[in-house]
Amino acid sequence: MILIYTQNWDGKFKKLSYELVSYGAAIAKQMNTEVVALSIGNVANNELQSLGKYGASKVVSVNDPNLSVVDNKIYAKTISEAVNKYNAKVILFANNNEGKAIAPRISAKFKAALITGVGKLPKSVEPFVICKKVYTGKASVDVKVNSDIKVLTLFQNSFGVVEAPVDAEIETLELTIDTPTIKVIEQSKSTGKVLLNDAEIVVSGGRGMKSGDNWAGIEQLAEILNGGTACSRPVSDEGWRPHGEHVGQTGKIIAPNVYFALGISGAIQHLGGVSNSKCIVAINTDKEAPIFEAADYGIIGDVHKILPELIEEVKKLKS
Amino acid sequence: MKILVCISVVPDTTTKVKFIDGKEFDKAGVQWIINPWDELALTRALELKEASAGKIEKITVVNVGAVEAEATIRKALAMGADEAIRINTTAKDTFSVAGEISEAIKDQGFDVIFSGIESSDFNGVGVGGMIAEILDIQSVSAVSGIDFADDVFKVKRDIDGGFEMLEVKAPFVATVQKGIAIDPRIPNMRGIMMAKKKPLNVVESANCEPLSEYVQYEMPKPKPPVKLVENAAELVNVLHNEAKML
Amino acid sequence: MDFNFTEEQIMIRDAARDFAQRELIEDVIERDAKALYPTKHVKRLAELGFLGMMTSEKYDGGGMDTISYVLAMEEISKVDSSVSVIMSVCNSLVNWGLETFANEEQKEKYLKPLARGEKIGAFLLSEPEAGSDATKQHTLAVDKGDYYLLNGTKNWITNGDSAHTYLVIAHTHPDKGHRGINAFIVDKDTPGITVGPHEDKMGMRSSDTHSVMFNDVKVPKENRIGEDGFGFKFAMKTLDGGRIGIAAQALGIASGAMERAIAYSKERKAFGKPIAEHQSVAFKIADMAVKIENARNLILKAAWLKDQHEPYGYASALAKYYAAEIAMEVTTEAVQILGGYGYTKEYHVERLMREAKLTQIYEGTSEIQQIVISRTLLR
Repeated sequence: MILIYTQNWDGKFKKLSYELVSYGAAIAKQMNTEVVALSIGNVANNELQSLGKYGASKVVSVNDPNLSVVDNKIYAKTISEAVNKYNAKVILFANNNEGKAIAPRISAKFKAALITGVGKLPKSVEPFVICKKVYTGKASVDVKVNSDIKVLTLFQNSFGVVEAPVDAEIETLELTIDTPTIKVIEQSKSTGKVLLNDAEIVVSGGRGMKSGDNWAGIEQLAEILNGGTACSRPVSDEGWRPHGEHVGQTGKIIAPNVYFALGISGAIQHLGGVSNSKCIVAINTDKEAPIFEAADYGIIGDVHKILPELIEEVKKLKS
Repeated sequence: MKILVCISVVPDTTTKVKFIDGKEFDKAGVQWIINPWDELALTRALELKEASAGKIEKITVVNVGAVEAEATIRKALAMGADEAIRINTTAKDTFSVAGEISEAIKDQGFDVIFSGIESSDFNGVGVGGMIAEILDIQSVSAVSGIDFADDVFKVKRDIDGGFEMLEVKAPFVATVQKGIAIDPRIPNMRGIMMAKKKPLNVVESANCEPLSEYVQYEMPKPKPPVKLVENAAELVNVLHNEAKML
Repeated sequence: MDFNFTEEQIMIRDAARDFAQRELIEDVIERDAKALYPTKHVKRLAELGFLGMMTSEKYDGGGMDTISYVLAMEEISKVDSSVSVIMSVCNSLVNWGLETFANEEQKEKYLKPLARGEKIGAFLLSEPEAGSDATKQHTLAVDKGDYYLLNGTKNWITNGDSAHTYLVIAHTHPDKGHRGINAFIVDKDTPGITVGPHEDKMGMRSSDTHSVMFNDVKVPKENRIGEDGFGFKFAMKTLDGGRIGIAAQALGIASGAMERAIAYSKERKAFGKPIAEHQSVAFKIADMAVKIENARNLILKAAWLKDQHEPYGYASALAKYYAAEIAMEVTTEAVQILGGYGYTKEYHVERLMREAKLTQIYEGTSEIQQIVISRTLLR
């Protein structure tokens, strides 16, 4: 079995959950097995059912008040019950904070190799060989996995959501869940905004934006494109934007469909964080800027002049 | 109270990586540094100790590596760590590294174990979480802030779209990311002088077997040159009709 | 012979590099433009232990050797010589002079806080009418029994305003020529001292250079350094070591300029290829590298001799003369490689060029070094 650790937000699956199921279904096909999706928390039946559309033949739901806090230890224990029950051989997590927090514990529990940040299907399943990026995207490597069970974390937006409808059987798992030993004393969560890691389109600004006051255009473009906003390191270091928006080698590593680099020169550390993007668009006054080496499309010119025009053109297209 | 910081030694972030026949990382001319996230973790650990009025007595760093790693380990001592442990074997995969560290430190009663969220070489995320599971203790990941007051650790954890402030009781593993400290601490002259007098204990490997092996490296294929367009209208046109991305 | 640096030396070099590349770079252009004193950076120099790095641990210093000092000076000077000159004056002139020639009471009282970086020192030798010729001191210190009465004016004093402790060279017996010169430790807050206005300099604009006027300043007898009449020897010996610091500064200015020229020439394209691939540029880089490596070897040899307690006056003159000359040449070529960009402040090399000029002038002009070198060979 392929076990998927899904994530939801207030009872609605995050897009990454559909992508994980899609990816899991494709591996299941290679291995001639099926997909079990695990849902933690209060998720309605029709929502659980929706995972069948992407190839989950079974959806297992665990719901307990003690799971309202993500206590890594308890979550790992919960997931391991499912691993045992369904005899899972491949366990899939998203390569986001939550996935990266729990996957290693599952790996250690089952002495199962952990391969993080995969984006493509295994090259072979017997032996199990899969490609991952190393040296922050500067190279990739084929990893041969020697353990019976494998734990993978999938780069969001690298595989895509693929429909492969099956009838999903819903099952509720009754487990005794321990009381969390960590206590949440404060939570701050923005809603409505597209999350950087989820975003299919990311609009990002660099030092060439000149000031944090010039971000309205970036936000507007992101909004029309239903995308996220990001920035280069100098921008977050200057305090123009929050650190959470910093993409690059020491910030977030993202793989959107389109990455707009506005006024970003493209230092090697920055490219390390965005080189997995399917399409990079650069706007910069300096035609020698290294970003143009990495970009697919570009305009040489002043971003302050071009951005408003771009917004108008995109608006036209969308209407 | 005692804090352990796991450090890996990685090529400088500006290194242009090369491989020998695609099988092995080419170490020629490479500058080695403490993994940037680990260095930030150590910086914060030192700050916590200094502000703890003696409650945090000792900061230990641990590395799984061959003797060549010692120069970099001593930099951690120069920054202010009190002692270092080097586990004498080359790092094979995340699981074996976590196993080696757990075996070496399991009886030493560390209250907090710091580990960087990633390493800039193999980008192995797992060392911290695996140690926590092996030692059967709590773990908190994506930690971007930590404070210690009244015997409780207040930990800021990044979640999708925001953050949570947590109260966590020791012992636990904190897998830290940017924000835990802004810039890594620069060692001062006194620290550099003291570094060689501090203990750097070498322990033998517990021979933890890896679960995976790297068989073939590949450099990214050269991409076609950028296609320059004149204006915004043309850009939207090519993105929509040619790249089919909008 | 061993050309390898020790682990500590490498760590010190890296610490200096991180400090310079991370902290000094932030506001170096602004401080230069507005001639702002680097207050917070000097505090960091103290915290990191650079201000007293060569003073022995016994006197609260870092106990590092001269090689380490050269490496640190080079890294800091790649970015900001206004800061490295402050470090150089404290280390090689004031602290070294005190540690080598002052008595235990003086060291306890003055050297320790300097070595800890709590106090800043200045070396007051130059006068309006006595620059290179140190025997012609117009500043007079008259023996009044239990104190000396100090009168006169000193010029071009680095740390003139920021210093707490002055080392002042003055005549006590003008009729005895250089044997009538003495060196004194003077607290800057002693009544009768006036600090002149900040000099508006061509380069190193962020360091505070002032004239200092002494008007009936009472200096306690116990603040004289060494035997009566030791002052000239004190000044000359101290300047020998000072030359190594300034030579390392010049080296840093040159290597900093070369690094920027290399980075630029790899990025900048002309006629369809990076300018680094044009021989006219590539050969300029080769010439820079040879000069820089020569300078580095001369300096490290002088530093090594000093660390071995061998005579190093000749070696340090060679090093200072050559490093200052090539710093001027290399920075000029770097500006040329960067072209129009090089002539603007944003690209740093024009500032390095302005800074290079001073290394040919202070702590013994190039011509004075030529005198030292030639006299050693021709006597």
